Amino acid sequence: MHLSVLVGVYAILGLSLNLVVGYSGLLSLAHAAFYGVGAYGSAILMKDFGFSFLSAVVLSVLITMAVGVLIGLVLSKFDGDYYALASLGFSVIAFGVFLNWRDLTNGAFGIFGIPKPEIFGYKFLAGEPYAFLVLLAVIFTFLICYFVVNSSFGRVLKAIREDEKALQVFGYKTTLYKLAVFVISAGLAGFAGTLYGSYISFIDPGGFDDLVSVNLIVVVILGGLASLNGSLLGAAFFVLLPELLRFVGMPDSITGQMRQMIYGLGLIALMMYRPQGILGKFRL
Amino acid sequence: MIALEVKKMKKNFGGVKAVDGLSLKFEKGQITSLIGPNGAGKSTMVNLMTAMYPPDAGKMIVHGVTLEKWKSYNMPTYGVTRTFQDVRLFEQMSVLDNVLVVLTERGVFRSLFETHGELHLKQAEEILKRVDLWKKRDEKAEDLSYGQRKLLEIGRAVAMDADIYFFDEPFAGLFKEMVKTVVSILHELKNNGKTILLIEHNMDLIRELSDHVIVVDAGKFFAEGEASDVLARKDVVEAYLGE
Repeated sequence: MHLSVLVGVYAILGLSLNLVVGYSGLLSLAHAAFYGVGAYGSAILMKDFGFSFLSAVVLSVLITMAVGVLIGLVLSKFDGDYYALASLGFSVIAFGVFLNWRDLTNGAFGIFGIPKPEIFGYKFLAGEPYAFLVLLAVIFTFLICYFVVNSSFGRVLKAIREDEKALQVFGYKTTLYKLAVFVISAGLAGFAGTLYGSYISFIDPGGFDDLVSVNLIVVVILGGLASLNGSLLGAAFFVLLPELLRFVGMPDSITGQMRQMIYGLGLIALMMYRPQGILGKFRL
Repeated sequence: MIALEVKKMKKNFGGVKAVDGLSLKFEKGQITSLIGPNGAGKSTMVNLMTAMYPPDAGKMIVHGVTLEKWKSYNMPTYGVTRTFQDVRLFEQMSVLDNVLVVLTERGVFRSLFETHGELHLKQAEEILKRVDLWKKRDEKAEDLSYGQRKLLEIGRAVAMDADIYFFDEPFAGLFKEMVKTVVSILHELKNNGKTILLIEHNMDLIRELSDHVIVVDAGKFFAEGEASDVLARKDVVEAYLGE
């Protein structure tokens, strides 16, 4: 059940990031920041201000979207490599904030004892109840993403990915579309953060550093660019690979390192032979 | 009546004067051909008029409204659309989506909650049938032949239902049947009162289609007049057309 919860959290992150990377062609490395803002937001709201789980989630997602607007406004001016580098800059800044704004985040010590979700009097404890809650969250996120990518808005995103300059001649102020999808994606990443924090009961800055952003790119590309099902597959592969390595007899002491190596090798192989990812439809 | 006027347009690339103080007028409802040797600044001029490049100097007067600065995303507001010299399609999107994307209502919320999907689909079907690509509507644009890609780009421009069209070498690389299709589209647009700027190297087509011809060289104005007169001028033929 623990693994299924993690797969669910990464599936939400993968789905949300795919809107930006796969559908819009914007290589964002800022996603860990939004994941962290959601997690810290809900943890602080519940623990320090006594908010209920649902209100903390809604407020955290709105806060994350507001942060997404600020970052997105800057990033919308960029494209290509510059977009990736600028977004990485924001990821680094966010990590710095999580680590150094001690009054709010408790710095490197993190936040302990984040309450478990309670909705209409029912407490979702770890195990099957929480896995069910995350499953509902994944379905909800999937439906939002499905709606977005299959709308005319989604078609515009794909055209931005293909040729932004040419699209502008047809009357599209593309910065607005880039900003909008970025904010939607940020909000969903924040949503994943709220679920993660409540599940683990403890968060610290290490859970939201730039390696997380890179790992999420791996989830999206591995599963498939511009494929919602691909994001689910990528999340499952990412979370379950260490277990698979243990299953084939690899000692626990090296599965962590092996996992990173296999992700790296997998990514290189995909870029060489299938740049759109396993279930992907589009190349970057 | 003048549909579009450009005054003293300038563009330098490094030390090269691509467009050097060009002033042009395009009569409403006419086909005006812009001709000249390679590197004369024809495509650069179209790129400046559609804000693909920012001009160093110059202004544009569209339907009597003077524009000192203009953005490419405002082109449809001024009733202007274009094709590109090197075909620029949304390559990994379907043929149908390439047309639908320009028919969609503009604005984030409007496009998220689109309510005219069926109407736009009908319009796209009509346009794709006009350029003989309806049967290929589900194929990716990148999988089409060069001629089909040109036709799709022309169809996409037609879908904009603009007042002023810039067609940048629309006949290059087309088979005879495809040329006929494009010629008939241009006639149809003209008959509907649309203003067309045509950049083309095929002199027979220029003679057949143009109401007015403007010759440019090295980013400067060289000559203009009716096609039969301009193309008969010895200096034009010798210096620029190589005939």
